Parts: sequence; structure tokens; C-alpha cells
Amino acid sequence: MSVAPAEVERPQVVEDTDRPWITLVWNDPVNLMSYVTYVFMEYFHYDRAKAELLMLDVHEKGRAVVSNGTRDEMERDVTAMHGYGLWATMQKDS
Amino acid sequence: MAEVHDLPGDAVGVEIALEEVEVALLLSLAAQMAEFVAPRPLESEDPLAALVGIDPSAQMSDDPALQRLLPDAYADDPDASAQFRRFTERDLREAKVRNALSVTEQLAGSPSSVVVTGDAIPPWLGFLNDTRLTLGTRLELSEDNHDELADLPESDPRAGLFQVYDWLTFLQESIVQRLLPSA
Repeated sequence: MSVAPAEVERPQVVEDTDRPWITLVWNDPVNLMSYVTYVFMEYFHYDRAKAELLMLDVHEKGRAVVSNGTRDEMERDVTAMHGYGLWATMQKDS
Repeated sequence: MAEVHDLPGDAVGVEIALEEVEVALLLSLAAQMAEFVAPRPLESEDPLAALVGIDPSAQMSDDPALQRLLPDAYADDPDASAQFRRFTERDLREAKVRNALSVTEQLAGSPSSVVVTGDAIPPWLGFLNDTRLTLGTRLELSEDNHDELADLPESDPRAGLFQVYDWLTFLQESIVQRLLPSA
């Protein structure tokens, strides 16, 4: 790794400064706990334990951060969540 | 009453046995949903915008159910949300219409059961969820008025709506429980 040319490392720096976006899923009275878990496993490929933890956060705390990444990546995730019918928003991580 | 069964072997999916009146109800709901979320005709004359699905006039609906189905993407940035909506809402609406039409196709001819597997799974779950979101919004369902709605007298116009909502909840829950991987 130490001999890697500088050009190769530069995009990584750009990526890091461009990462602090998060996708939030919000609680609502309609969505089923099982369905929210299913969506987190299906779309994010989280295992059942992680998906259930996030689902419980949504249910009990009103929201959970379900993914983070670049703005483009979060726009994809938010769109996908809306496709599933989950209430999701994105914002810059603070 | 509808029954949801596992598929034989390790196949991922479910078989849903439905009574004739239940098929009719789902077909009616699917037709209403397809009409309800359908994109409006494009006002833009810009052929390029039309081609890539941009809707310059897209904005948050006044209807609470559509607000829930097509929410703002940015929690704290109305301008970014508006921009995002112009670029994506049309596709999202079309995807939801496709879900409803896909369910309609599977229920054509009023079969006594349907096998939901592979590519048919997302449309079924999406359609059932969107319909529950819409009915739940119409019923002003909250975290703590479920029992109240369940106990409404038959004379209340919301009673029938809630029965449909409750049945869809049972159906969706039964399907999802059988699709959830154990790990």
C-alpha cells in the first residue's frame, strides 16, 4: 500500500469529505414492525439482529439512522425506502 | 378468510388462498390505488424533460395520504426536497402504479389462490403497504386510537374502512412473517 501512487489515494480523500450524509427512517402508526425489519434486511442486506435493532429504534425512539454515505447514495436509499412505503428522509450528518 | 401458506421445499414466497369476495376487494383496491397515485399529465412541453421523467411542476400534494406515499426527501431543506421531487416523484408514482397493476394481473380470472414468489413479491408487499398507508391516513390512525377505531359502530362510515384496513394488515403480516429470513 505504501507504494501506491498519490493519484490513487486522492479519490479516497474526496470520498471522506463527501460522506457525511445519513438516511433516517421515521416511525409511523401504520407500518408493521415485521415489514420494517423485512425491508431493512432485503434492501440493506442487514442481518436479522441488526435489522430488528434498527426497527426497534424507529418504533421506540421515533427514528433511526439506517445508512450513511455520499449524497447520491443517500438519495438512492431514500428513494428506495419511499418505494417500499417507509417514511425516510436524508440530511447532512451533524 | 384468506390463508397464507409457505411454498413447498425451500422456495421463497407464499401461496395466498383467497375467497372470491376477497379477490374482488383486492381488485377494487388495486384499481383505486393505480388511479390515486398515477402521475399527472406532464405540463412541460420540454421533450427532454418528458423523456427522462422530470416533472417541473411536481410539488407536495395537499392530500395527506399522498403526502405520506410521496414524502419530502430532505428533513431540513425544502428547496432540496422540491428539486428532488421534480426529478424523482414521477418514477416513484409509476412504480407504485406498476405494483397495483401487477397484483391486478395476478388476480385476473379470480383465482382461488395465487403464488407470490420472485418478482411478484415486491409488488404485492408494496401495494398492500401503500393501500394500508392510504386507508390509515384516511382513518387518521395514530399510535393510540387503534382500539377506538376497532370498536366503531357499524353505522359509522369509518367502520367499513377500518375493517378493510385490518384485513389488509392481517394479510400483509401473514405474508411478511413467512418471507422474513431467520438470520
